[in-house]
Amino acid sequence: MWEYTDIVQEHFINPKNVGEIEGADGVGNVGSIACGDALRLTIKVDENQIITDAKFKTFGCASAIASSSMLTEMLKGMKLEDAKKLTNDDIAKALGGLPKEKMHCSVMGREALEAAIADYTGAILPMAQGEVICECFGVTDLEIIRAVKENSLKSVEEITNFTKAGGGCGKCEGRLRELLAETAEGVPAQLVGAKKIKRMTSLEKIKKIEEVIEREIKPTLKKDGGDIRLIDVDGDFVTVSLRGSCAGCHSSRTTLKEYVEKKLREQVLDSLIVEEDK
Amino acid sequence: MADTLKKVIYMDNNATTRIAPEVLDAMMPYLTEYYGNPSSMHTFGGQVGQAINQARKATADLIGALPDEIVFTSCGTESDSTAILSALQTFPEKNHVVTTRVEHPAVKNLCDNLEIFTGRKYHTTRLHVEADGTLDLQRYKDSLTEDTAIVSVMWANNETGVIFPVEEMAAIAKERGILFHTDAVQAVGKIPINLKETAIDFLSLSGHKLHAPKGVGVLYVRKRTPFVPFLNGGHQEKGRRGGTENVASIIGLGKACELAAASMVEENTRVRAMRDKLEKGLLASIPKALLNGHPEQRLPNTANVSFEYVEGEAILLHMNQYNICASSGSACTSGSLEPSHVLRAMGVPFTAAHGSIRFSLSIYNTEDEVDFVLEKMPAIIAKLRAMSPFWEENK
Repeated sequence: MWEYTDIVQEHFINPKNVGEIEGADGVGNVGSIACGDALRLTIKVDENQIITDAKFKTFGCASAIASSSMLTEMLKGMKLEDAKKLTNDDIAKALGGLPKEKMHCSVMGREALEAAIADYTGAILPMAQGEVICECFGVTDLEIIRAVKENSLKSVEEITNFTKAGGGCGKCEGRLRELLAETAEGVPAQLVGAKKIKRMTSLEKIKKIEEVIEREIKPTLKKDGGDIRLIDVDGDFVTVSLRGSCAGCHSSRTTLKEYVEKKLREQVLDSLIVEEDK
Repeated sequence: MADTLKKVIYMDNNATTRIAPEVLDAMMPYLTEYYGNPSSMHTFGGQVGQAINQARKATADLIGALPDEIVFTSCGTESDSTAILSALQTFPEKNHVVTTRVEHPAVKNLCDNLEIFTGRKYHTTRLHVEADGTLDLQRYKDSLTEDTAIVSVMWANNETGVIFPVEEMAAIAKERGILFHTDAVQAVGKIPINLKETAIDFLSLSGHKLHAPKGVGVLYVRKRTPFVPFLNGGHQEKGRRGGTENVASIIGLGKACELAAASMVEENTRVRAMRDKLEKGLLASIPKALLNGHPEQRLPNTANVSFEYVEGEAILLHMNQYNICASSGSACTSGSLEPSHVLRAMGVPFTAAHGSIRFSLSIYNTEDEVDFVLEKMPAIIAKLRAMSPFWEENK
């Protein structure tokens, strides 16, 4: 059970400003149903550049709903200029704090605000322009660097808590560590390098494995009259079936381990284990 | 405290159960005046040993085993590890384990780690499940090889309640000289089990899932099945599990097994009827609600229902406002960022997996409680859907 503050619980049970503003001046959509949380923020801005109304719709857990509700309360009556400076920490503080694993809910609120403001001003979202580092949750390097700087993050685990990056297949862990080392000053190298066991699978990983099989592995096997099909991916375990001349071939296990697994480890994730579906 | 507890509507019995009052009564003397060590020579300790053996008999009777086939452990997880590791040590030349994709972490993570931490000396076949959570027996047969040391398949799934044909599967394994283990933590006490008519070699059960306390489990080891202990130490449990017995909890488990045997009919009639009423009611009164798991091949007490386009933790916390206790397979409740491995193995779409709620009943539930839950749930789901950005376009 999470330890939520009374403010979080109040905003979750009786959320303020639920809905969508008709004819909104700015709309911000972030997250997705696959990721487990999503937020649609709509704002109304008057001629004095003041946010006169804000409403939200959120799919997600208690802290996602509470963060959205609190955000809309903070926004109403706020100058657009001030709203631009709002950080995820401002939202979390207003809620009396969030469990560390739930900080990404406040980050989602801030990102929705930025998207809504960008929609209103016609600007391009700077964060979305970065390079996508975490493919599972679509998090860019710019978002990660900002989260590290603003919240003084000191570990990959903290990055995951704040941005979700690294919380899916875990293959971006190396890049996250690099970004952390580049961004966080004064973090001892050994702390940055703290090893974490890889987490479970994701759609993105499956896609990537499929890609490598289709692009490289299948054509090579076909040259020898063989074929391969991806059956399943569960965590680090990849199940494939070998077909054509590969099926029943004496060296099929060697093919599997020395070729298929090696390729997938090189190109997708170095902890993958490939098994044949029999 | 007492007042709040009284009002709790507890429908999370696959997570843990209340200690039956009769169980607590049976235990109390062993937490107070009968504190002797059952291994002692004196009567004061020896009488405790006799009480343990009565508990052993009651436990054996519930699952159709012999008292000597019962080894008391600390929990289901210990029993699972002991069985699988014993089989691997029995057959050092074999390196293959067959299990399923939907096992409890006690088995799943043991197999994962066996592969990873032994430099992949061992490999595991994880059997797929169908969309309704059931297994394909042909695929199972095809997975067995000369290298297979042990099969470990749960008797019933903790999240969906789906029952696997472990008796048939054990017979198939036996024909090929392969040991068979079943994690029956969810099945024992809920459905009749008669081990002497099966070829099952090992079975794990856990006290706190059947109204005994937490911290006591059992590994059933079939007579003449080769066995290598996991905990080495004293001669307790005939040298099969070292460590001074958790006396009071073992006595409690014995009592709980007696009670479970007596309430088996009730479990499969009254509890099943309440579960069916709850499930049918939810599916009828709430649109876009889906049942997870095979409708019939299932434990009598479990209903796993997904409410699309809303998130499980949010549902649970609204239920919590009414002191209704249940579980969810959503990502947020697990602390990880991905939903339940069981629902994903069944191919439940993300729209539904994040919003899954497991209700698991017991003989202590009442029909009034079911009615109360049925009265409250539609408004909870409607409230959350009204604030879901995906509901309007999909309803």
